[in-house]
Amino acid sequence: MAKKVALLQGNSACAYGALYAGCNFFGGYPITPSTEVAEVLSVELPKVGGKFIQMEDEIAAMASVIGAALAGQKALTATSGPGVSLKQELIGYACIAEVPCVIINVMRGGPSTGMPTGPGQSDVQQAKWGTHGDHPVIALVPSSVQEIFSETVRAFNLAEKYRMPVQVLYDEIVGHMRERIEFPEPGELEVINRTEPTVSPEDYKPFDPSFGDVPPLAAFGTDYRFHVTGLNKAADGFPTTKANLVDDEQRRQIRKVDGNQPDIELNEEYLTEDAEVIIFAYGSTARSARYAVNELRKEGVKVGLFRPITLWPFPEKRVAELAKQAKAIVVPELNLGQMILEVERVAKGTCDIVGINRVDGEPINPGQIIAQVKEVK
Amino acid sequence: MAYDYEKHIRPGKLPHIWCPGCGHGIVMKGMIRAFDACGLEKNNTAIVSGIGCASRMNGYMDYNTLHTAHGRAAAFATGIKMAKPEMDVIVVGGDGDGTAIGGNHFIHACRRNIDMTYIILNNSIYGMTGGQFSPCTPTGAKASTTVYGNPDPTFDIAKLAIGAGATFVARGTAFHATQIDKLIAEGIKHKGMAIIEILDDCPTTYGRRNKFRSVVDMMKRLKEIAVPVAAAAKMTPEQLEGKVLTGVLHKEERPEYTEQYAQVINRAKGA
Ligand SMILES: Cc1ncc(C[n+]2csc(CCOP(=O)(O)OP(=O)(O)O)c2C)c(N)n1
Ligand code: SF4
Repeated sequence: MAKKVALLQGNSACAYGALYAGCNFFGGYPITPSTEVAEVLSVELPKVGGKFIQMEDEIAAMASVIGAALAGQKALTATSGPGVSLKQELIGYACIAEVPCVIINVMRGGPSTGMPTGPGQSDVQQAKWGTHGDHPVIALVPSSVQEIFSETVRAFNLAEKYRMPVQVLYDEIVGHMRERIEFPEPGELEVINRTEPTVSPEDYKPFDPSFGDVPPLAAFGTDYRFHVTGLNKAADGFPTTKANLVDDEQRRQIRKVDGNQPDIELNEEYLTEDAEVIIFAYGSTARSARYAVNELRKEGVKVGLFRPITLWPFPEKRVAELAKQAKAIVVPELNLGQMILEVERVAKGTCDIVGINRVDGEPINPGQIIAQVKEVK
Repeated sequence: MAYDYEKHIRPGKLPHIWCPGCGHGIVMKGMIRAFDACGLEKNNTAIVSGIGCASRMNGYMDYNTLHTAHGRAAAFATGIKMAKPEMDVIVVGGDGDGTAIGGNHFIHACRRNIDMTYIILNNSIYGMTGGQFSPCTPTGAKASTTVYGNPDPTFDIAKLAIGAGATFVARGTAFHATQIDKLIAEGIKHKGMAIIEILDDCPTTYGRRNKFRSVVDMMKRLKEIAVPVAAAAKMTPEQLEGKVLTGVLHKEERPEYTEQYAQVINRAKGA
């Protein structure tokens, strides 16, 4: 049977990806360039008995998402720079309380109101460091409409599997671009749901490490009754200031990501095998980079593209290997140099690293990348 | 026979953190009696709080309990209620939590008329952080950040709730302990947003600075200023000067939010 295909905008693909993953709650607040995610879900969620609510601000939207997730829903919110800044305190709450949920950030220019309709990639470090305290982070950066669909599904899977918030970041260009997309059949993409407790309600501890680094999560309104707090807590979920218990809990949470990086990491490599120059690019910028690689290869330049699809945790091992192999790594970004810092950190001086940066609301075009690669090779 | 509070308290979670003479415990006991009177099922009830001394209350109570972030309780609770409208959702927190940092969520929860019962413990101060003034601190009063007297005007929580659209609004005091459970129970039974303000005391950070010699003095003041709505109807404006009305201040019927959304689902499925 022929697959269902459609010409879809990135933001719509995100909404349909969420539905495919079983999303049944959306709490949001309108902001360009993410609003279409909310608009589509306001139409589609009630059709399947799901809930859509437009809250009074982004903080409330994030709060409603966490509340719904604790009541057993697969919950989503979508926003952009200013909204993500507002959500930060509660993203941290979802980390420490270990609440699965997905946050879409359709990136625009910044800081502050910045350039609402212009693309940007300047929230990529914020995704890692935006909320206070040490906490695990997973952030995905799709670069096409089809990939927005599949990465939204994967974001839900990772959120459910590791009991934590997962962020999906794509820039305005990918969010508003229309491309052909093939809808996966039900069952074609894996859909993961959180592990629920099997112990008796009396024995249930919401953060019980004896079940491994990701303890099972019950839902409010079932036979299990439990307490959730944003304070440092012990395995039973109640606040503690006992040094060893706080330390154990903090480190277990970090291990959820650090200890499972091979499962979480996803990269695409294009002609990197013999490459002397590597372009490290993500999101819309990777599209220009791929075009540049093709053009340069025609001229015999040994250049390849490394494209992280999971941006956080950072693909340290592979980038370090490529840094040893290559003479130079070129890092085009729609910011003034954010992920280049990570590339530099893991390359440890083994090759030249140069950035191409734009924050004027215009995309980085292949010509710019081609010129830079020729300069470093 | 003495009332058995124990069965609603989580084993091993007491003693509580509150200071001697703090009114928050009186309100918790009232809540428990109200839950009992309404036959709330522990598994089917969520108690959601913010941050502050008052917000620590739900940690002691043997229900589904969510201690959220400062000011955000009503928004978290909205997510739970939307997800599971069949659950009973209770919000509890302080005056600072609910009307300063959480003011926006407070008014919008009222506007939606979502079926929740919000118990707001108004001790006119930020207790937990050591007595800075809140939007409910009387003008002229002393707080750690208003040593020259508070220049700020004061919120009337009940008026705010009524103006914002809450369909049940009541006020009680920590002194009138036996009335607390009745007001809360009526709020729980009401379909829609019920705001129950309980005037409370904080001897540690408010009483001390504002010339209350003891907890008894603070309680006496609550006794003196409270006037039941029925009695107030027969009093002159001069007699009502400096008084606050207690009892059920407002009650109306208006479509409830999750029921409205159930209709949205029906329309979407029919379309
Ligand atoms: C975002 C944020 N800002 C400030 C605080 C500090 N803080 C904790 S409790 C509190 C005030 C609590 O006062 P209230 O809500 O009136 O409750 P009470 O302690 O008097 O019962 C403040 C300001 C915080 N925890 N989080
Ligand atoms: S500081 Fe005030 S509000 Fe907090 S527990 Fe003590 S008396 Fe109660």
